[in-house]
Amino acid sequence: MINKILASAQEALSDVHDGATILIGGFGSAGLPTQLTDALIAKGARELTVVNNNAGNGEKGLAALMKAGCVRKLICSFPRQVDSWVFDDLWRAGKIELELVPQGNLAERIRAAGAGIGAFYTATGFGTDLAKGKETRQIKGRDYVLEYPIHADFALVAAETGDRWGNLTYRKTARNFGPIMCMAAKTAIAQVHRIVDLGAIDPEHVITPGIFVKRIVQVERLSYDPTPAKRGEQNR
Amino acid sequence: MKRYSRDQMAQHVARDIPEGAYVNLGIGMPTLVANHIPQDREIVLQSENGLLGMGPAPEPGAEDYDLINAGKQPVTLMPGASFFHHADSFAMMRGGHLDLCVLGAFQVAVNGDLANWHTGQSEAIPAVGGAMDLASGAKQVFVMMELLTKNGESKLVERCTYPLTGLRCVSRVYTDLATIYISPDGLMVADLIEGLSLEDLIGLSGVPMQALDPRRNAH
Repeated sequence: MINKILASAQEALSDVHDGATILIGGFGSAGLPTQLTDALIAKGARELTVVNNNAGNGEKGLAALMKAGCVRKLICSFPRQVDSWVFDDLWRAGKIELELVPQGNLAERIRAAGAGIGAFYTATGFGTDLAKGKETRQIKGRDYVLEYPIHADFALVAAETGDRWGNLTYRKTARNFGPIMCMAAKTAIAQVHRIVDLGAIDPEHVITPGIFVKRIVQVERLSYDPTPAKRGEQNR
Repeated sequence: MKRYSRDQMAQHVARDIPEGAYVNLGIGMPTLVANHIPQDREIVLQSENGLLGMGPAPEPGAEDYDLINAGKQPVTLMPGASFFHHADSFAMMRGGHLDLCVLGAFQVAVNGDLANWHTGQSEAIPAVGGAMDLASGAKQVFVMMELLTKNGESKLVERCTYPLTGLRCVSRVYTDLATIYISPDGLMVADLIEGLSLEDLIGLSGVPMQALDPRRNAH
C-alpha cells in the first residue's frame, strides 16, 4: 500500500544532508511551508542552497534558517523587503551568495527541471545585467538568453489538502510555486492542513498529481500577522 | 502651473486601456490605475503571483492572507477569477497573452529602454521580481512616473544610466507634466499640463519631442 503520510515534519526531513539544494515555496504570506522550514532549522543541515522567491522576513522561517548559518547560497528574484535585514546583513558582509533571477525565469527554470528540459531560450532579461555571460541566440529575429533548469534535492511546499498518494490541492494564491517545486525536486515534501481519504479529492480538482510528491505531513493552520517585523523584536 | 496628481496620472492610463484587455499593474503608483477603470469597461487584472480577475482591497477585517497581490497586500476576486501556478503566470507574459503592463520607472530612454529595478549602487540590495518578465513579455508596456527626480533631473533620457530592465519595450510614458508616446519617429507629446509649453517640456527633460497633434498643444 502506498502511504506517503508521515507523522511529523521532523520525520519528513530526517534525511536532509549538508550541501542540499532545497526549494521552498511561498510568496508573501501565502503558501509558506512554515512548519517544514522550522523542522529544517531544527535539523541543522548546513551549506544549503535555498531557492525561494524572496529572502525571508523578520527572524522566522527562511530568515531564521539563514540567521542560523545554514544557507550558503540563495537563488531568488526579490530579496529586498522592509523586514529582510537578516539576508541584507549576511549579503553585505559577504557571508551568503545571491543568484538573482527574474521571477518568470526562476519559475520556468524550476518547471524545466521537473519537465526534463535540458535548457531553454527566453527573451526575458536579454541585454540586461542579469543575462551577462550567458549564451544568447537570435531566433526568427528576436533575441533570447539560454537558461538552465534548477534541479533540487528537496522541495518544501505548503498545500491545502492531500491524500496518502500525495495528490494535492492548494488554497487561492498560496498555490504560487507549489506545483512546479514538487515537480523539480527528487524529494518533494508537502505540508497540508487536511488529509483526506483516497478519492475524496475530485480528480478534476487535483492540482499536483501524487507522482510528484514523496511525503506529506499534516500541520495546523497558523494565523498570519501582517505587520512587518522590526529589527530587535523577537518571535515575529 | 498645476502638475497632474497621481490619481490624474492613473486616470490617464485607465482611459487608454481598451475593453477586454488583460492587464498587469506593477507595484506602487500603477496600482492606482485599478481605482480609475471606467465602470462600463470590462478589464481583467492579472497578478503575477497567480491570479486573473483580481478585485479591489477587501473591507477591513475581511483580509485573507492566502489571497494577495504581487505587492503582498490582500485583495478580492472578481466573478470569473482563476488561480494558477507561477510558471503559468509568467507564461501569460512570456507567451504574449498579456495585453498590457503598467510599471514604474527610474528612467525611460527615447528608444523605449526601461530602467526600473536597480540603482546600481554597490550597497543596494538588488531585487528584480517580475519586472524583466513583464517588460519583455507584455504586448505593451506603459510607464507611470514623475518626469523629474527630486533633484530636478529628467527621468526621460537619451540613454539610461541605470541598469536596464528591458530593451525598447516602453510605448507610453504617463508623467505628472505630460503624457508622451514613444514612436519610431521619436517622442510624441499627447498632452501637457496647463501653463507648460512644448518648449518648456523639452527644456526640462533635455530630450527632443514633438506634439502628437500640433493644434491641441499649441498653447
